[in-house]
Amino acid sequence: MTDVAGAPGTTDRADAPEPAGERRGSEALHFARRNPKLLIGSGIVLAFMLLGFIGPFFLSDNPNEYVGPQTQPPNGEYWFGTTTFGQDIWAQFVYGVRSTFVIGLFGGGVAFLIGMTVGFVAGYKGGIVDDILNMLTNVVLVLPAMVVLIVAIAYLDVRGLFTQGMFIGLSAWPWAARAVRSQTLSLATRDYVDLARLSGRRTWRIITTEVAPNMSSYLVMSFILLFGGAVLTAAGLDFIGLGPSNGVSLGAMLQSAVNWSALQLGMWWWFVPPGLGITAIVGALYVLNVGLDEVFNPKLREL
Amino acid sequence: MTLRVNDLKVYYQTLRGDVHALDGVTFDLADGEIMGLAGESGCGKSTLGKSLIRLDSRMRHVGGTIELDDKDVPIADDDAMVPLRYNEISLIPQYAMSALNPTRKIGKMINELLRARGVRPADVTDELHRRLELVGLEPKVLNMFPIELSGGMKQRVVMVISTLLNPSLLIADEVTSALDVSTQRSVAESMVEFRDRGYIKSMIFVTHDISLVYQMADTIMVMYAGHVAEKASASTIINEPKHPYTQMLIGALPEVGSTSTAQGGRLEGIPGTPPGLLNPPTGCRFKDRCPMAFSKCSEQPPLVEIEPGHWAACWKTG
Amino acid sequence: MLELSNVHKVYKVGTFGGGRLRAVRDVNLTVAPGEVVSLIGESGSGKSTIGKMVLGLFRPTSGSITFEGTDITTIRGHAARKEYYRHVQGVFQDPFSCFNPIFKADRVFDMVRSSYFPGTPDGVWREKVLDAIATVRLDPANVLNKYPHQLSGGQLQRLLIARALLLDIKLLVADEIISMLDASTRIDVLNLLADLKERGLGILFVTHDLSLGNYVSDKSVILRKGAIAEMGPTQRVFDNPLHPYSRHLLSCVPQLHRTWAEVDAELDANPPEDVVLPTAPDEDSAPLIEAEEGHFVGINQD
Repeated sequence: MTDVAGAPGTTDRADAPEPAGERRGSEALHFARRNPKLLIGSGIVLAFMLLGFIGPFFLSDNPNEYVGPQTQPPNGEYWFGTTTFGQDIWAQFVYGVRSTFVIGLFGGGVAFLIGMTVGFVAGYKGGIVDDILNMLTNVVLVLPAMVVLIVAIAYLDVRGLFTQGMFIGLSAWPWAARAVRSQTLSLATRDYVDLARLSGRRTWRIITTEVAPNMSSYLVMSFILLFGGAVLTAAGLDFIGLGPSNGVSLGAMLQSAVNWSALQLGMWWWFVPPGLGITAIVGALYVLNVGLDEVFNPKLREL
Repeated sequence: MTLRVNDLKVYYQTLRGDVHALDGVTFDLADGEIMGLAGESGCGKSTLGKSLIRLDSRMRHVGGTIELDDKDVPIADDDAMVPLRYNEISLIPQYAMSALNPTRKIGKMINELLRARGVRPADVTDELHRRLELVGLEPKVLNMFPIELSGGMKQRVVMVISTLLNPSLLIADEVTSALDVSTQRSVAESMVEFRDRGYIKSMIFVTHDISLVYQMADTIMVMYAGHVAEKASASTIINEPKHPYTQMLIGALPEVGSTSTAQGGRLEGIPGTPPGLLNPPTGCRFKDRCPMAFSKCSEQPPLVEIEPGHWAACWKTG
Repeated sequence: MLELSNVHKVYKVGTFGGGRLRAVRDVNLTVAPGEVVSLIGESGSGKSTIGKMVLGLFRPTSGSITFEGTDITTIRGHAARKEYYRHVQGVFQDPFSCFNPIFKADRVFDMVRSSYFPGTPDGVWREKVLDAIATVRLDPANVLNKYPHQLSGGQLQRLLIARALLLDIKLLVADEIISMLDASTRIDVLNLLADLKERGLGILFVTHDLSLGNYVSDKSVILRKGAIAEMGPTQRVFDNPLHPYSRHLLSCVPQLHRTWAEVDAELDANPPEDVVLPTAPDEDSAPLIEAEEGHFVGINQD
């Protein structure tokens, strides 16, 4: 028997000419546009991101400058008021948002890269490689990350955003590695992976072209969670005084507000913006993540 | 007459439109009849089995009626179906193995199920043990967890559970497909035994394996692309099929004893693929693959009784 | 061409690998060029494990698998493995899961090209692909440049066979390749295998379905719990099964023109003679006895 052109199956399938990639893409988009969690979450994150990356161009280079009258509540000139020393809180806030995103991208990125590499290799290779990497992952996972970070960072003389991000990344990867590993374990047994092996493909190409693309939505969501985690960890470190030595961050703003008794003096405008900022960014990231999950996971979709 | 399905239409809702999975299905099932429901994947046979007991959220009842023992079966009304399920109509799902809750002992699960249906477990204990014995299981399986049973044993447990209240109609959806041949035979034979003993009045056995259904069914109904192609007694379908699709399908099945090298013994498949059911073609749905198709096939052939008990939907047989 | 001798596969199971699961036990068999050998068995018989070991996807615990004089269990390194796959290819059970759903189906051809024929000009390659597609009797217009979900299982399975034909293959491992296909198309794939056999290809046909094994193969191997129960020319194994397990299996297969009752009645009327079965000296071996020429029976494992 031969499949002749114009056989019923083919004519029928021609009604649905869009290829899978586009079909899946447009389907995801269809649900994405209708998912309020995704829209609200990404809206808030984008708004903060624009503020952090564009805002500083309209402000003075040094947000810690003593520019104005001291202890002013929010007003027309100083939108978020000023500190006890006359620093512009709005300027500090904008720079703080920027460093929050930098630390999230960099710290989250480092953790993501390590976690992905370890997870892919462990899940794909299996056997003794898996056993060793899994042990390493578990050891790092049970280390009290915050304590280790405090000790490690306290030893450094000069602390920059990137050192902080690097340290956060080095401590945050284990759970991402475990998640990627378990996904890889299941994907690595798929027949098309065996077929790629039979086609003489090398291991790393199989991982990057066969395994990873099929869990891309999963990887995106892992990265978002790592991003949020890095932001929170950085805020914690900044708050106890282990932030970048010469920069501004939302955590450091909170720290100085507390140090200079803003709470007791009723200077709410000093601690509310950074606190709300961190909460809004991290909260929006998690809402965004839940939204993405609903878009990518057909079981969570509501028709 | 136990079951009477008349012009049943059930569509699946998808983003791109309705999939006409069942597009006007009509048949009767007599008391004591085991009907094999055969066809290729996507022909609507599983949808028919499911429609008789529960429509899931994507399925929509578009038209047609179902009567069981002269009472209407309100399949579109989920709440009204509740008293019927299990008492009157019961289903053994395709993956019965995974239908069992892995954290419950089997006996406990059965008791909960019975109480939920308003039956005191103590009243049916003896019957339960008798039936377990009949399918070759010891009563001690009631104290075991599902993971401790093999696939065939689980399938038999589910079979006993779903027929415990003597339903009028049992729907078995590909129940033996995942089993090994020797287990397959004993499960199939137990099902016939259940009918013989009157535990169930009649049964619809959904499968893609025609040779299996020939071993146990009284009648076979062949479906194609949402329509009934042919229904007749099992031996008629196997030995004297009338619908071209059935003829070609039977002709494509290798048997123990047939080889690719024997003189003239090479079997032939059916060219082409079944039509999609999103926008099904008009007329006979098999016409594009049918060697006997002619101009009249652009009209949909009705399902007519060509001989007593032998129904076919083809202009050539009418 | 292919020879398995004393092949064992033992899996470690449970926490800390304490338990042992014997998947393949002392299997010896050969596949000659132009010969179709069916490995028939129920679930847990080790038939797929043997297929995967021949494809080098699993490594046997002990024993040797020799292909044209080279023991493939000793192959190390990417280049040598790649060379092996030039001659030995596999087709798997589920055609839908063999295609990465996010890429077009012809990508399986491109993978072969980039690994094995990087220097081949476009035109020559295209000819080669069209030739392979014609061999598996597909119309290129229907199958090229499509996504996997736009094609039927039978078409995908034949594309995978076409992919294997692009290489200079001598042995094809067909692992349950038609069990997911519909009745109306599976026979075409079987016929295709018979055609390939005519071209001198050796085929290891792994199946759980006795009637399919019977349709296509020259030699049948019935496996049970990892060991060979019966092995011999297909005709003899099916007409005169010697091992009690093979007899039991054959009596359970649903047949199209004979009911189980008829089969049982026939067996009762002419009860088959008992055959002396070999006994295993230890847990590890599974000896065979040659009951008639080329027809072997193995140990009983009840």
